Amino acid sequence: MTTRPNIRQIDLASTSLRDLNAALQGAAEGSDDAWTIVNPRGRHAIAVGMTNPVEVTIAGHAGYYAAGMNQRAIVTIDGNAGPGVAENMMSGRVHVKGNASMAAGATGHGGLLVIDGDAGARCGISMKGIDIVVRGSVGHMSGFMAQSGNLVVCGDAGEALGDSLYEARVFVRGTVKSLGADCEKKEMTVADRDLLQSLLERAGMSDVPVGAFTLYGSARRLYHFHVDNASAY
Amino acid sequence: MTSDSKNIPRTQPRFSATFDRGTISEIQRAAATGIYDIRGGGTKRKLPHFDDLLFLGASVSRYPLEGYRERCDTDVVLGTRFAKKPIVLKTPVTIAGMSFGALSAQAKEALGRGASAVGTSTTTGDGGMTPEERGHSATLVYQYLPSRYGMNPDDLRRADAIEIVVGQGAKPGGGGMLLGQKISARVAKMRDLPEGIDQRSACRHPDWTGPDDLEIKIEELREITNWEKPIYVKVGASRPYYDVSLAVKSGADVVVLDGMQGGTAATQEVFIEHVGLPILAAIRPAVQALQDLGLHRKVQLIVSGGIRTGADMAKALALGADAVAIGTAALIALGDNSPDLADEYAKLGTVPGAYDDWQDGRDPAGITTQDPVLAARLDPVLGGRRIANYLSVMTMEAQAIARACGKSHLHNLEPEDMVALTMEAAAMTRIPLAGTEWYPGKGGF
Ligand SMILES: Cc1cc2nc3c(=O)[nH]c(=O)nc-3n(C[C@H](O)[C@H](O)[C@H](O)COP(=O)(O)O)c2cc1C
Repeated sequence: MTTRPNIRQIDLASTSLRDLNAALQGAAEGSDDAWTIVNPRGRHAIAVGMTNPVEVTIAGHAGYYAAGMNQRAIVTIDGNAGPGVAENMMSGRVHVKGNASMAAGATGHGGLLVIDGDAGARCGISMKGIDIVVRGSVGHMSGFMAQSGNLVVCGDAGEALGDSLYEARVFVRGTVKSLGADCEKKEMTVADRDLLQSLLERAGMSDVPVGAFTLYGSARRLYHFHVDNASAY
Repeated sequence: MTSDSKNIPRTQPRFSATFDRGTISEIQRAAATGIYDIRGGGTKRKLPHFDDLLFLGASVSRYPLEGYRERCDTDVVLGTRFAKKPIVLKTPVTIAGMSFGALSAQAKEALGRGASAVGTSTTTGDGGMTPEERGHSATLVYQYLPSRYGMNPDDLRRADAIEIVVGQGAKPGGGGMLLGQKISARVAKMRDLPEGIDQRSACRHPDWTGPDDLEIKIEELREITNWEKPIYVKVGASRPYYDVSLAVKSGADVVVLDGMQGGTAATQEVFIEHVGLPILAAIRPAVQALQDLGLHRKVQLIVSGGIRTGADMAKALALGADAVAIGTAALIALGDNSPDLADEYAKLGTVPGAYDDWQDGRDPAGITTQDPVLAARLDPVLGGRRIANYLSVMTMEAQAIARACGKSHLHNLEPEDMVALTMEAAAMTRIPLAGTEWYPGKGGF
């Protein structure tokens, strides 16, 4: 729930996507505005390229790339999100109240992506510093080539988790169908546990106990070309 | 009969055409290391190329333009289809995408300076945009690659155009590579990678596959940049008719088509030599696709892959391209493979003219390196001057040819101005074999 005084409503049934995004992108620096977008009807590229810390609620389902490349804005999707939600996010916060499709948070550099439901395949693919917290489960190839940042999965993970992982951390509470190449179980330190705790808190999931999680990271065996790794190339 | 054992002719050492010396040494190298050969540069084998076409020039039936008095314009506008701010180039030759990381910061700056001096653009690469290249490039195209290294919306908005890279001629279907020697602290930071690792980039985009997704991706990028920037789609030459059709269907303003000769900073040799089409074979189908859609010259076509001279540029334009891009030739203009460096190349086990270890980071010319001592050898101001000189020469050469063909603009060059020297070139370009009016397939034969 927003605490901001001015709630502006934009109806995507009668407003073009261009006008909507131009209005959101043009929101004044430091403005106290909060926006609600009604009738999103799965439209693609809603609330992309935002640069200011405004609050946006998408009242319904969003299509591809909702809140793509977000900088500082606080976006809530009160529904499901299509592929690439919050892709390449730099900062800010994106909260999907339903499920998210493939490639959620792909290549994100920063900010927090929270998914209350499940996420599809390749969640956090090539992530570069973003934090992603999923209350449900994630699909196959999640964390593929993830470079940095944290992926927290409170449910289960599909096949080939963390394949060709770099320095990102992946926390999974449930089962992992299989680990991808070069991804391995890591010892969880106190610092890791504290980090996980704070991520869950920031995601509004402090009810999820930290104890049952396992940490996965890179075995760093594929960092250099070597004949013995040929089967992984 | 007496036999004089001293005089019996001996069988001379005979080298196999199949197992030639290069092949033998490659098998030996593979056996010793267990890893495929990775190198820079483009295809080294002989391929059908622009050399297999000739211009006819003027004759009794066509009159030429005067060299000094009559204009032959060279400008080109890119991105007229959807972008609010199309790009205007004074000459239709641009600098292709080459990353900071693959190239030194000095080399990137020199390319920017040279291109800007003659009114054309440069392109970033698989590693993000540096402030130096933005600062020194009047017109800068920002690549959007599968790896998304360094990708951020601020740079997207700072760019003059956006190039979505689907593929590259040297390796259609392959991702980028940058070996550990070149992942310096700065390169690592820009790409968010551990320093010194052998980086292999993804070959598929992380959040879209196929033309229907691409259309949505293009819409997103336009929404982020206020529909201002021209959006290019770059493909390696493999199925040019379909790739161009689908890029256009997805909403591209410009298609960049890179032939297999196209250079690379680091790719498996087997990829460079065995995958993709020579650019000569790819232009005609690409142009045909644009014509079939009624969008030739409305969606612009940039071609690359082994472009060396104004003649190559003129031939590409005559085949229907709107502009050309250069990578390798620009590096050579900067000083790559210079005979002055013969001693240093010898230390690396090679000779000027054959150096291709651009992946290795020990480039004595200071171009394909992140070693600060080597990179400091390249003076960006002087390098910029050399690039500007070379681009001017290319432009003047193309103009000389166009005037001889009676054309007042490079874009007025047309297939009818040329003949083919070989059956292969005639078949690939549908330009008649010299001295005939026939090309393979014409009239059903
Ligand atoms: C050193 C070097 C680095 C390159 N890096 C990239 C890159 O980052 N992205 C890309 O799309 N193409 C890259 N290329 C390919 C060029 O953009 C271009 O397609 C090719 O060089 C054109 O062929 P040419 O070298 O024969 O002129 C690179 C080429 C070279 C030589």
